[in-house]
Amino acid sequence: MSNKLTIAMPKGRIYEEAAELMKQAGYDLGADQDESRKLILEFPEQNIQIMMAKPMDVVTYVEYGAADIGIAGKDVLLEQDRDVYEVLDLKISPCYVAVAGLPDQPMNRIAPKIATKYPKVASDYFREQGEQIEIIPLNGSIELAPLIGLADRIVDIVSTGRTLRENGLVEYEKIADITSRLIVNPVSYRLKSEEIDRMVNKLSEVMEGEEV
Amino acid sequence: MVKRLMFEKPLGMRDTLPFFYRQKAKVRKQLSEEIIAHGYSFMDTPFLEYHETVGEVSATLDQQLFKLLDQQGHTLVLRPDMTAPIARVAASQLKNSEFPLRLAYDGPVFRAQQTEGGKPAQFEQVGTELIGDHSSFGDAEVIALLVDSLKKAGLDDFVITVGHIGYVKAFFSDLLEDDDETIDRLLEYLYRKNYVGFREAVKQLSIKHDKQQALLQLLSLRGGEEIFESSRSLARNQSCMQAVNDLKQLYRLLKQHGVEKYIQFDLNLISHMDYYTGILFEGYAPNLGALLCNGGRYDALLPSFQLNASATGFAIHVERLVEALNESEDNDERIGIIVDDDSFQRGMQKAKEYRKNGYSVLLQHVDQIPDVQSFKQELANTEDMTEAGGGQDE
Repeated sequence: MSNKLTIAMPKGRIYEEAAELMKQAGYDLGADQDESRKLILEFPEQNIQIMMAKPMDVVTYVEYGAADIGIAGKDVLLEQDRDVYEVLDLKISPCYVAVAGLPDQPMNRIAPKIATKYPKVASDYFREQGEQIEIIPLNGSIELAPLIGLADRIVDIVSTGRTLRENGLVEYEKIADITSRLIVNPVSYRLKSEEIDRMVNKLSEVMEGEEV
Repeated sequence: MVKRLMFEKPLGMRDTLPFFYRQKAKVRKQLSEEIIAHGYSFMDTPFLEYHETVGEVSATLDQQLFKLLDQQGHTLVLRPDMTAPIARVAASQLKNSEFPLRLAYDGPVFRAQQTEGGKPAQFEQVGTELIGDHSSFGDAEVIALLVDSLKKAGLDDFVITVGHIGYVKAFFSDLLEDDDETIDRLLEYLYRKNYVGFREAVKQLSIKHDKQQALLQLLSLRGGEEIFESSRSLARNQSCMQAVNDLKQLYRLLKQHGVEKYIQFDLNLISHMDYYTGILFEGYAPNLGALLCNGGRYDALLPSFQLNASATGFAIHVERLVEALNESEDNDERIGIIVDDDSFQRGMQKAKEYRKNGYSVLLQHVDQIPDVQSFKQELANTEDMTEAGGGQDE
């Protein structure tokens, strides 16, 4: 009897894409779980349990061992710096973190203000650039901040750039590419290595197949 | 400034309540019995050390140190681990004793937690240091003793993962021709357990394809003894070969110690950026989200205290071991003797008898007990010698 794997997954689009990948790798997790409000889904024939979590929380569940495996965006991993294994780039939901603002607007020279929901990513980036900045933490509609004069720049996720364009903002610099990653709890990585390695190997075969 | 509430403690500090104290004491006793049985001598060092000495050389990151100033203005640290203070003692007061030294310790260490309030900033470690033995026999002794100690404490389901930093470093410097910046970057990815980042960084290197492949194959070097063969075929220089031979020899000795079923190998294991110099290991148990124990060979620490000696050791997180054992909280074995004015004298005699036989006995006057029934339930055993209680044993 092999060990049961608990996987923390974000709801919505990422779940669907990840479930599709898992299916190609031989794990059938059902395609359309969006309708359900269940937070824990059992797949006894695969010996898998899925926990539905908020994307930002997946890493927490995995770090504390509540889940063995998780699917988390690189943005969350960069922001939270947690003790988990990052074993595979699943290449799903690609986007990037960028600095944006009003066009032709130089940054305030004394204390530039940066609005973001990624305070750590933003301050790490500007520190590397040799800039000391003030972070304005926001939880959503970040694009508002430069429009109303709350911040000089924003640091946020860009996927198509449409939200920026429609609000008259331009992208200044790209900070990092973002995709979803397969992460593993450090203890599970050792104690359930057989099951986890099998899943990782199958998934990476699928990934390599797609690259060709 | 928020006014503190009465119950609050500094970030990461915890109280040890009686039931947990008993559990810890039991585990501590079992671990130290096993360690003493292997000829290790327990010792202790002060909680406070100079930042310049122990603080500088310890494996703990500077931002995790608790620092304070003494009356003369020197920076002190609360000891963040026991290895550095013991190295200081070995290199000073004990430097003229017979080597190899076998020392052991049990006590709290302190590491400041910055991000989360929940994680403990003070925790107890039981561990050993074998100083002045640079052989595989020494490495095997320490790992086998770790396994035996955990088993003695009642844990049977755990895994010790063994790596070799010498292999990784020799492998990198051979393939990357001493490009230290790249080597450090790759080591950092492994240390941060970021294999995605490692693969991307390797793919971006402007080196020959076969070298890239070799670097990527490093990630697959984990498992049982079968990895010796593949790590040997990947090995390209003498130092790598030496490291593989070290591991083979270690495994052979661990088999002779009879502990091989707990051992796994992982040549990507990097517990710390630059502390360990040879074999290193980490231990894990189910239902624990985090590391149970760790250790390894550190040959650079004692020289920083001007003693040229090799050393190896392990440390067990006592609180996490208690958590992994997951025993019931119901471990109160006290006997209560309830007395009144008349039976006080007899009760005291009885308590003395019990105590002579090693029992923990409390003598309580009935007038001071608010609720006799629930008082009795709290204790493992009670004897009611009052008139109301019939003067009889329960």
